[in-house]
Amino acid sequence: MFEAIAFYLFAALTIGMFTITVMTSQALYALTAMAAGMIFISAFFFILGADFLGVIQIIVYTGAVMALYAFGMMFFDTTRTLVEKRENPRTIFLLGVIAATLVVFIVISPIISTHLEARYPIEAALGNSQAIGLILFTKFLVPFEVAAVMLLVAMIAGIVLAGKKMDKSLTLMAEEEIALMSAAQTKPDSQEGAH
Amino acid sequence: MEITLAHYLVLSSVLFAIGLIGVMRRKNLLMLFFATEILLNATNIGFAAIAHFHNDLTGQMFAFFVIAIAASEVAVGLGLLIVWYKRTGKIDLDIMTSMRG
Repeated sequence: MFEAIAFYLFAALTIGMFTITVMTSQALYALTAMAAGMIFISAFFFILGADFLGVIQIIVYTGAVMALYAFGMMFFDTTRTLVEKRENPRTIFLLGVIAATLVVFIVISPIISTHLEARYPIEAALGNSQAIGLILFTKFLVPFEVAAVMLLVAMIAGIVLAGKKMDKSLTLMAEEEIALMSAAQTKPDSQEGAH
Repeated sequence: MEITLAHYLVLSSVLFAIGLIGVMRRKNLLMLFFATEILLNATNIGFAAIAHFHNDLTGQMFAFFVIAIAASEVAVGLGLLIVWYKRTGKIDLDIMTSMRG
């Protein structure tokens, strides 16, 4: 009974939050609604007994990814309303209906197939985190290491892409120095953009 | 009133449809990234639900790797977005037509 109440409550909240994220014209509303939706999704993981996944969801998504988006939005002008050109809303609606129907067919296929058996069954004697650790470091060790390398590559790529001119602090420089630097910066940038 | 696997899968597909609508109607690239995060989260709910109802940990494992991929996608994507914004001053999808596709 409580599971049903929790499911419907969090389902309504998550759908509402993500609808705001998709439909709003304010970037900050979208960001905050997105963060709230991520927290509400972790509730489903706790209901489903995936405690460790729920904690990871809160830490990684709400802690790291949302903070990274908020950090990235400092670079962009987000105070004004987003102006987005809409060419044909009917096409988007039609595409959405077709895609949603396809997704429903993909998603109900595990219900249709009956002979599914567990490869790594959940043992009741172990806690969720302990079972996750056992499986992750024995059966999924190679994908785990590959994911670690991928995260390292992504980190280096992020530093290289976003971290140019990080050695100069704009807050400690005088206005003339900043103007001089931006004047010197525009020239090589325009040359780089040519090829 | 019992919550079954079908409830979770329907919820997952509803969230996935919301994310797809976002991908199709957004022109601002930052908002497009938000929509892709919704897509990834919707699939994670499906993975966790199947892991619970079929008593199998593989679904949760896949959800972990999806989260790792989402984190690295955000890092690289935001880096590219910042470089593009420094060059052009806009993050609109319509002006990214340099390949004349």
